[in-house]
Amino acid sequence: MTTTTLAGFDPAPLQRQARWQHAEYAFWLLPAAAYFAFGDQLALLSQIAITALFALSLDLILGYAGIVSLGHAAFFGMGAYTAGLMATHGWNEPLAGLAGAAVIAALAGFVTSFLVLRGSDLTRLMVTLGVALMLFELANKLTSITGGVDGLQGIEMKPILGQFAFDLYGKTAFIYATLVLFVLFWLARRIVHSPFGLGLRGIHLNMARMPALGTPVNARLVGIYTVGAAYAGIAGALLTQTTQFVSIDVLSFPRSAELLLILVLGGTGSLYGALIGTVVFMTAHHLLSGINPQYWQFWLGALLVLVVLFARDGVMGGLRALARRLPGAAK
Amino acid sequence: MTVIFDGIASGLLLFLISVGLSVTLGLMNFVNLAHGSFAMLGGYVCVVLLNRLGVPFLAALPIVAIVSALVGVALERTLYRRLYGASDLDQVLFSIGLVFMSISIAHYFFGAQQQPLQLPAMLSGQFNLPGLDVGVYRLFLIVIGLAIAVGLQWMIAGTRFGAQLRAAVDNPRTARGLGIDVDRVFVLTFALGSALAGLGGALGVEMLGLDPEFPVKYIVYFLIVVAVGGSGNIKGSLYASLIIGICDVAGKYYIPQVGAFVIYAVMVVTLIFRPQGLFGRTAAK
Repeated sequence: MTTTTLAGFDPAPLQRQARWQHAEYAFWLLPAAAYFAFGDQLALLSQIAITALFALSLDLILGYAGIVSLGHAAFFGMGAYTAGLMATHGWNEPLAGLAGAAVIAALAGFVTSFLVLRGSDLTRLMVTLGVALMLFELANKLTSITGGVDGLQGIEMKPILGQFAFDLYGKTAFIYATLVLFVLFWLARRIVHSPFGLGLRGIHLNMARMPALGTPVNARLVGIYTVGAAYAGIAGALLTQTTQFVSIDVLSFPRSAELLLILVLGGTGSLYGALIGTVVFMTAHHLLSGINPQYWQFWLGALLVLVVLFARDGVMGGLRALARRLPGAAK
Repeated sequence: MTVIFDGIASGLLLFLISVGLSVTLGLMNFVNLAHGSFAMLGGYVCVVLLNRLGVPFLAALPIVAIVSALVGVALERTLYRRLYGASDLDQVLFSIGLVFMSISIAHYFFGAQQQPLQLPAMLSGQFNLPGLDVGVYRLFLIVIGLAIAVGLQWMIAGTRFGAQLRAAVDNPRTARGLGIDVDRVFVLTFALGSALAGLGGALGVEMLGLDPEFPVKYIVYFLIVVAVGGSGNIKGSLYASLIIGICDVAGKYYIPQVGAFVIYAVMVVTLIFRPQGLFGRTAAK
């Protein structure tokens, strides 16, 4: 029986999807171009790379597995503090910091994933929000360890691999952040196109059916939640290492909310959506807050409302619609 | 004793604000994170009426409720109604957008500072019973809170409108078939929720303060009340508010180091064991 169904199964379309396309290669030339074109804005560019990684982590959870979260900043913050504390306690090799942050955040993700599995979307939103807020309060109150509202200061990083020191202009920081983003993106792309990733998409589309196909739903969700948490932790660690400072802000509610906006702006359920959403959002943030720092939030809110009402699929949805209309591009 | 009394008072204040959310979120199944914005609106309207126009406090309260209800209706007609059928996530994003906008608007008109509110002489001060200091304003809050709780419970369980509302929520199509004007019921309910939020916000200025960050600072408390109490349930919200209020005040009084940690923990633990909340109806989705 199994062999006959497998014989009828043609993996070719899936393999084609998994292959890198020309547009993707072109996309990854952009960071290099940006490095030369906007050499005086490298701090902003690093921020974009880091936020993109963070958005990617939420995309894995929300876009592919369909787990809604209002408290993803919890893992980002954990990673940030882990890297910061490791550095202040004399362990300031950057890559070790990333690894440490990933492990701690993954552990936290693994433990909390069991809470998130329970209940409806609303319960999930509340539980994730609650967990993030608890961490925020914890960081706020444990001033002796985290520095509380003043933030964690006195972080000094060694050169990466003993070779590349962080310089004043943020060149190393930018290249470092972009490379980490690229490697993790590549990995995420592998995950998404693996049977594991396909299973997740199946769960997202039809939760009730996947157990019947033999997919261990809970194990898959726990797995992706843990991976997503680790990604977010690494993003947090990158922020700490490139700015050499941890503000309590990393755990705050607006950070989780902004992240959701980024993802929705770019389009959920496609890895490039997370990246493009970040670029659009951060650039808009930079320009708008340059014009009018106080009321930037108003436009942020207005954008969110408009996106939800009219452009539910974000930039990627728009691109896909465009591609469908172009003659010859239809597949 | 004083701690418990203060806890009850702040619990009932919490109840006043969050019962509106319990109405929209619980009864209409709309995840309205912008609820705090309506409360903030109420607070600002109240402050303007009192400080700039010299309206007496007690007369200002009904005006606040009416203004909030009108704004609620306007938003419901233009924006909210488009999202009734949308997923929880869409509703969350949409209402977060509203929250951000409301914060900026409040900033623009009133600046970042706290708004002062002068209570009338008859409501300020306190009197002392043996072993208990009773703040007059807190007593006032308790009375209003209980009155509204009883009134709402009666309205939802005992009146024709309440029955229509429950029918409209449980099964809009059948309700329409039975000749209930579901649209109208929802508008009225949303207006009621907004009015309650505004009223709660106005009453809360004295104890919670009022600045543009209000919706973000307190939305969590309101959500906790609804989550712990079980949505769509006036009694549940009342008990949950009391529990949270007392825990919060007692926590801050006896172990200030822990701060707000206690209530978040209460919420998460409750949701783990009772995803429907303590008094929740089984989800009618």
